[in-house]
Amino acid sequence: MRSIRTLLTTTAVVVAATLLAGCERPPIDTVQWGHRGTAMVQVYNPRTVESQIDKNQPPAPLDPVPAVEGGPKAKDVYQNVQVLGDLGVGEFTRLMVAMTNWVSPEQGCNYCHNAENFADDSLYTKIVARRMVQMTQHINEDWKAHVADTGVTCYTCHRGQPVPAEVWFAPAPDRQANRMLGTKAEQNSPAVEAGLSSLPYDPYTPFLLEAKEIRVGGNTALPSGNRQSTKQAEYTYSLMMHMSESLGVNCTYCHNSRIFNNWQESTPQRGTAWYGIRMARDLNNEYVVPLTSNFPVNRLGPTGDVAKINCATCHQGAYKPLYGAQMLAAHPELATQPKPQAPVGEPTAALSSQPAN
Amino acid sequence: MATEYLNLFTRVQVDAPSYPGIALERGNKEREGPPIHVHLFGRLGDAQVGPVYLGWFGLASAICFLIAIEIIGLNMWASVNWDPIQFVRQLPWLALEPPPPGYGLSIPPLNEGGWWLMAGFFLTLSILLWWVRMYRRARALGMGTHIAWAFAAAIWLYLVLGLIRPVLMGSWGEAVPFGLFPHLDWTAAFSIRYGNLFYNPFHMLSIAFLYGATLLFAMHGATILAVSRFGGEREIEQITDRGTASERAALFWRWTMGFNASMESIHRWAWWFAVLCPLTGGIGILLTGTVVDNWYLWAVKHGVAPMYPAAFPAVADPALLQGVAQ
Repeated sequence: MRSIRTLLTTTAVVVAATLLAGCERPPIDTVQWGHRGTAMVQVYNPRTVESQIDKNQPPAPLDPVPAVEGGPKAKDVYQNVQVLGDLGVGEFTRLMVAMTNWVSPEQGCNYCHNAENFADDSLYTKIVARRMVQMTQHINEDWKAHVADTGVTCYTCHRGQPVPAEVWFAPAPDRQANRMLGTKAEQNSPAVEAGLSSLPYDPYTPFLLEAKEIRVGGNTALPSGNRQSTKQAEYTYSLMMHMSESLGVNCTYCHNSRIFNNWQESTPQRGTAWYGIRMARDLNNEYVVPLTSNFPVNRLGPTGDVAKINCATCHQGAYKPLYGAQMLAAHPELATQPKPQAPVGEPTAALSSQPAN
Repeated sequence: MATEYLNLFTRVQVDAPSYPGIALERGNKEREGPPIHVHLFGRLGDAQVGPVYLGWFGLASAICFLIAIEIIGLNMWASVNWDPIQFVRQLPWLALEPPPPGYGLSIPPLNEGGWWLMAGFFLTLSILLWWVRMYRRARALGMGTHIAWAFAAAIWLYLVLGLIRPVLMGSWGEAVPFGLFPHLDWTAAFSIRYGNLFYNPFHMLSIAFLYGATLLFAMHGATILAVSRFGGEREIEQITDRGTASERAALFWRWTMGFNASMESIHRWAWWFAVLCPLTGGIGILLTGTVVDNWYLWAVKHGVAPMYPAAFPAVADPALLQGVAQ
């Protein structure tokens, strides 16, 4: 009798511990985010938020260089300055130092530059860095609908690392897909991308590289030709889980959960996020993927694809990257693209059509 | 000691000679195996296990069930490259998926939903054969067929989800995957695709009957346990010959809520609540996508979904703005 009681008690404790293992301990903070009684609320684990504060602090900006009216420009002093040539020499050097601090603080200048000849383009990292500077300018000028005037700098993604912590590759092909049985149908694994659910584990390729339809819900009460399937809804769901995890917010940050697809019921943040999806897609297709052949094989993914951008690349768990720190203000040279001047070569076209040079 | 026996968890075990069951009519196969007594089972119910009546329907049903489980299980195991440890670790996530929607109602290759169709076929066959078996066994005992019809209500919901609705939608891809988490994720995605299932009135009814059935079960179970000291667990006798247990139970509910079910009618209440849960639920699923595409908009149209004061400035759909990259 006693042994059975001990056995039952032990079993009950083990089962309870197992069931609770995935839970976060209280207290949890909630913040009302909409009209009362509509479940529009943001849920935060204060310990998680606290652990993220340090890694979302911007570095101290470099001292500005004194403006020299009519001083020498970078392109007059240095060779092979294709993008930032119109900067004054002082501003140019300051940006180079800042980039080193942001991207390769341990590796130093030589991470991108040939120490013998800084103008040399032989290191792939220099080709990539040049294109990334152009990308940063493109984001800040053309994607204000998403980044507003806060903008981005190299640090927004890199955070002191040569490769940003959050990037994505296409998954390794499903070995069973071409066999007789056992295909995963691109889902049904513990998907880190989708909050450890069994939803599709690659929401990025269809939506952040290709432009597959994200919207699945219909806009009429009765059927009127919307043929989106439940399976397509699972892909959209997976992308939304990625966004939620990347920003550290609930579904209700953008949506009223009583009707996800309805814009009248949504918050303004949904509009910002809408542009963010298009921005990530644009950057992947126009800037990141064309650089694939520049990268050494060890930097590529399991299918030979380049590391690409998703929401987490910049956000890294925060609703705004670096909590909206105004880093760009100290670097106006990154805020706009240089105006095209007729004779000056076309660096964009030249780079995207040429492999490593 | 007699009073202790009146309750479920009891130290007193009924220990009687095995009861083989009533004599069967001609043409019925006899029951399988000599009965055994298991003490642990006796703690929860009857200690006598068996004899089991399998019969041809039961045998065919068990074989079909085994085939379906084998197809599902081997596909799951293959999906982790036949790694037994990963099979156990990832089991809740693994699934056998229905075909991609592009195949419509055609027969897809085995590894693109063909196995799913086959597993579904054998599982359905197994369930239907089991239903026949339940019906026939009830008849053989001279019982009513209430249990078989209650089971049929659950089969209705199962068939709507896996067969009837996919056929009406013209795509096997609309059906549910076989898997633990995957079928839950499917449910959530299904609700989102069709504009929130909570606004589906048949879903509302189904939930009402689900919760209602559990409430009735709790009320009835509690009532009978509470009057078991007066012989209340002999419910059938109390129906025809009401004793003090029945009178007290009835009085209790009349005192507390003014109305009481009778010893007999409470079982009809419970049966109908339980049966109506999958019946109405199945109707709700059947209408989703076939007759109604967005339940929220349907509810707005019919005055079911209230409007709340705006807490944010109006948000426009950026896709409708001109000159915006899509």
